[in-house]
Amino acid sequence: MKSIFIVLPAFNEEKVIGKVLETLSKELSKIKNIDFKVVVVDDGSWDNTSLIAKKKKVCVLRHPINRGLGGSLATGMEFAKRQKADYLVTLDADGQHDPQDIKKILSPLIGEKADVVIGIRDLKKMPFDRKLMTFFSSCLTFLLFGVYCSDTQSGFRGFNKKAIKNIKIKTQRMEVSSEFFHEIKKFKLKLVEIPIKVIYTAYSREKGQKNVNAIKILVKLILRLFR
Amino acid sequence: MSLYLLPVQILLLIFLVFAVSRVVLRLKEGGLTFGAFLFWLGIWLLGGFAVIKPSFTTYIAEKIGIQRGTDVIIYLSLALLFYLVFRTNIFIENLREEITKIVREISLIDKKNKK
Repeated sequence: MKSIFIVLPAFNEEKVIGKVLETLSKELSKIKNIDFKVVVVDDGSWDNTSLIAKKKKVCVLRHPINRGLGGSLATGMEFAKRQKADYLVTLDADGQHDPQDIKKILSPLIGEKADVVIGIRDLKKMPFDRKLMTFFSSCLTFLLFGVYCSDTQSGFRGFNKKAIKNIKIKTQRMEVSSEFFHEIKKFKLKLVEIPIKVIYTAYSREKGQKNVNAIKILVKLILRLFR
Repeated sequence: MSLYLLPVQILLLIFLVFAVSRVVLRLKEGGLTFGAFLFWLGIWLLGGFAVIKPSFTTYIAEKIGIQRGTDVIIYLSLALLFYLVFRTNIFIENLREEITKIVREISLIDKKNKK
């Protein structure tokens, strides 16, 4: 039986994590003959994120201090690698991703058509500032790392064993979304884009990437090239 | 050949001798790689030469199309400072990564122990 790890990086998500995990478990129980393991990486939250997640009987890895999205995703990937996971899916813990899309993300991986799958958000439904930011991020990622993807900033991703084994994340924060493409290029991983649904709420907008961080992310990505 | 030094040259030379002594000390302590040691030694020795023989900077300035020797020093110092800021940033990023690795190991060991 294939083992699939679902990794949710979470930082101060006590308001929504319980509901997100409930919906996720309900959806995963519909998929038969696959061993799913849900892993919440609590990135040093100072609220009850860990406590609530533990009550939902999922695996919780807790960072003693906050290290950022990149640090959390790399922890989830390292855990999956050590546990010899066959596939890994990452999704945001703020409830903006629909767990029904997990099947869509897994399909090209299981069918050996891709090493990495990126869930592409519908740009038409995206708020204008986000759309602009997504476009610039995609262009920047292409310029720096030579891989074009229409939504580099999407947190819904899938990886097979080869990708889990090879990808090494060095960045700590939001710039990780672009760094994945550096690794995809470096290890010549097959990339497939799959359209996904996104549920925009005031909460997810507040928790998401801030537009003012764009310059900071750019500097970190340039530094990443020299490390 | 007699060597007349202005008070400002003597002060600068004292500073440079101190800087070289720090570089040697850091190499002995193992805080510098041999390559970095050579780089810093080269920088300070060049500085020392420019202090003792200021006409050298004017000669370089003329060669590269800058009018005054002191301008060459300012341009080179700026370039060096930019480079050092860049290196410091890389160093900080690497340090952050090391901290994250420790944090990661702690969380993974914690999980293993709780099983």
